[in-house]
Amino acid sequence: MNSKTVAYIIKRIILAVVTVWVVITVTFFVMHAVPGGPFLGEKAISEAAQKALEAKYGLDKPLFIQYVTYLKDIVTRFDFGPSLKQRGRTVTDVIFDGMKTSAFIGLIAAVIALISGIILGAVAALRRNTLMDRIVMVLTTAFVSMPSFIMGSLLLILFTVKFHIFPANGAASGGLILPIITLSLSPMAYITRLTRSSMLDVLGQDYIRTAKAKGVPYLKIIFGHALKNSLLPVITYFGPMLAYIVTGSLVVEQIFAVPGIGRAFITSITGRDYPMIMGTTIILATLIVIMNLVSDIMYKIVDPRITLE
Amino acid sequence: MEESSKKKLTMHIDVDDLIPATDEEKAYIVKMRPSTTFFKDGVKRLIKNKVAFVSFIVIVLITLAAIFLPMVWPYSYDSMLGNVPGQPMDSSFNNLKPFQYSNSEKALIDAGESVFPHVFGTDSAGRDYFIRIVYGTRISLAVGFFASLIVLVIGLTVGAISGYCGGKVDLFIMRVVDIIYSLPDMLMVILLASVLKLVLGTAIEGTILEAIGSNIISLFIVFGILYWVSMARLIRGQMLSLREQEYVLAAKAAGAKGGWIISRHLLPNCMSVIFISVALQIPSAIFTESYLSFIGLGVNAPMPSLGSLASDALNGISSYPYRMVIPAIVISLIVLSLNLFGDGLRDAFDPKLNT
Repeated sequence: MNSKTVAYIIKRIILAVVTVWVVITVTFFVMHAVPGGPFLGEKAISEAAQKALEAKYGLDKPLFIQYVTYLKDIVTRFDFGPSLKQRGRTVTDVIFDGMKTSAFIGLIAAVIALISGIILGAVAALRRNTLMDRIVMVLTTAFVSMPSFIMGSLLLILFTVKFHIFPANGAASGGLILPIITLSLSPMAYITRLTRSSMLDVLGQDYIRTAKAKGVPYLKIIFGHALKNSLLPVITYFGPMLAYIVTGSLVVEQIFAVPGIGRAFITSITGRDYPMIMGTTIILATLIVIMNLVSDIMYKIVDPRITLE
Repeated sequence: MEESSKKKLTMHIDVDDLIPATDEEKAYIVKMRPSTTFFKDGVKRLIKNKVAFVSFIVIVLITLAAIFLPMVWPYSYDSMLGNVPGQPMDSSFNNLKPFQYSNSEKALIDAGESVFPHVFGTDSAGRDYFIRIVYGTRISLAVGFFASLIVLVIGLTVGAISGYCGGKVDLFIMRVVDIIYSLPDMLMVILLASVLKLVLGTAIEGTILEAIGSNIISLFIVFGILYWVSMARLIRGQMLSLREQEYVLAAKAAGAKGGWIISRHLLPNCMSVIFISVALQIPSAIFTESYLSFIGLGVNAPMPSLGSLASDALNGISSYPYRMVIPAIVISLIVLSLNLFGDGLRDAFDPKLNT
């Protein structure tokens, strides 16, 4: 690593930290701009009880003090305050509970997308302009531009309403299969296209021709030279893939009734559970920012030729 | 001629070869074609691209249908057909399958009158589903188009300022752009939309804006806040690189002023890039709108959008799966064809790819 790379990494880390801070700040002030405050719309309560509630949640203090306290609690204790709707539980509890299921689905979906996308992309590139390549390209084009909630709903109709293969409820056994497939299809399609185009690019390089001329076995050229180098751009997709899976899981968990963080988020939006909305937004956003950071830095280290802005 | 070609080694020069060419011969050699412009060139390339051309036709057909069909259709998107004032509620209008008729309509048909069919049936409130789909398409397209327009205006202004001023202004704007760019957009959109919906609901009561609905306006605001950054980056980059071009130097040397250079040299050369990115912005805006509508943050009821129609259909999915399939197909078709058309546009008009 030269000094330029180090400088780049430091700059990227600073940007990430600032981004997370902006997310927290925006989230905090936006949520506090809601007219009426969090206790509006509950059943009518006496003024004294209202005062007591506000004092309990620290809502009687000036906004800026509340902000500083909120920020301090997050940084020092990873504490996002109590959930308003789920009595007796903190936001952190609820989020980590949901995170178990969501992370499980998301990770498996990501792994499936990576493996099948790379294989499909490489095969499509090696069999360029054959019928198989065409089919792969048409399917991936369709998958890339299909919103996750459409994909999920269509799979739901196909596999539970029409054929009764999988249960519609995500909590039932085997119920996570459809959500995982739904989440993995679009990233898989994207990775396929990415691998295909970079593989084609690499196959046209001089060193591939040199290897062929030297008599290196075909499989060794494919795996040792071509595939290794054509996988570099896939690294840059890690960040966006996580973002897709996170936002996708919001609706997918809703469709398949999966007890994960995404459903908790949507429930908290409709139920106006402000600390939950804030906590979930901040944690998910931080995850995405970190993943973007990691994939950018990895890409830079793996391929120093790249000059990222 | 023939004689000299037979005797190859002779030094004899055929005088006929040296006669000046007639106009006819000149015309034969110099093939003059009508001069073409960059735009005509691009359109020609675009039409040759079959995928892009078909996508374009699909988009035009869908758009025309979305604009004109509601004008001639006998049902409206929000009228509950079984709920006629002054008469008892007729629940036989609710949940009709495609091409089914309610009891009163059947009676009319038996009496020999013609009743316009419910092509896609009706929904659970007895509203004609076909016209709701058409209307939802109209809303989705309009939101996508206007959101992209907002993004274009803000991005163009900020990007041009940043690229043209340079220095500290540029540095500051670009840092802001960096941060907004690295925000996870969808989460921020959800957050802002869920709050703006509440804030705006009271703020716009009684104004013209109320007719549009607080949700759509909050959607526009969210787009205005978050999505201008990539457009601004693009414009700035274009401005920076174009400013250094030789022809700009030549124009300056010839005495051209700044305004002339911007309007005659810089902007026309940015145009293709701008159009392409707007064309690709529209499907992403439609995508975002349908996503938000699906999770209940989109357009206000009873206004339909493709996303909210799909979301409503989720409740009765085992009995009426087609209510989900139809909006799903329409959204996918719109997003797919707009994407393919945008790609075709890029291939046809991006000057950097042509070299």
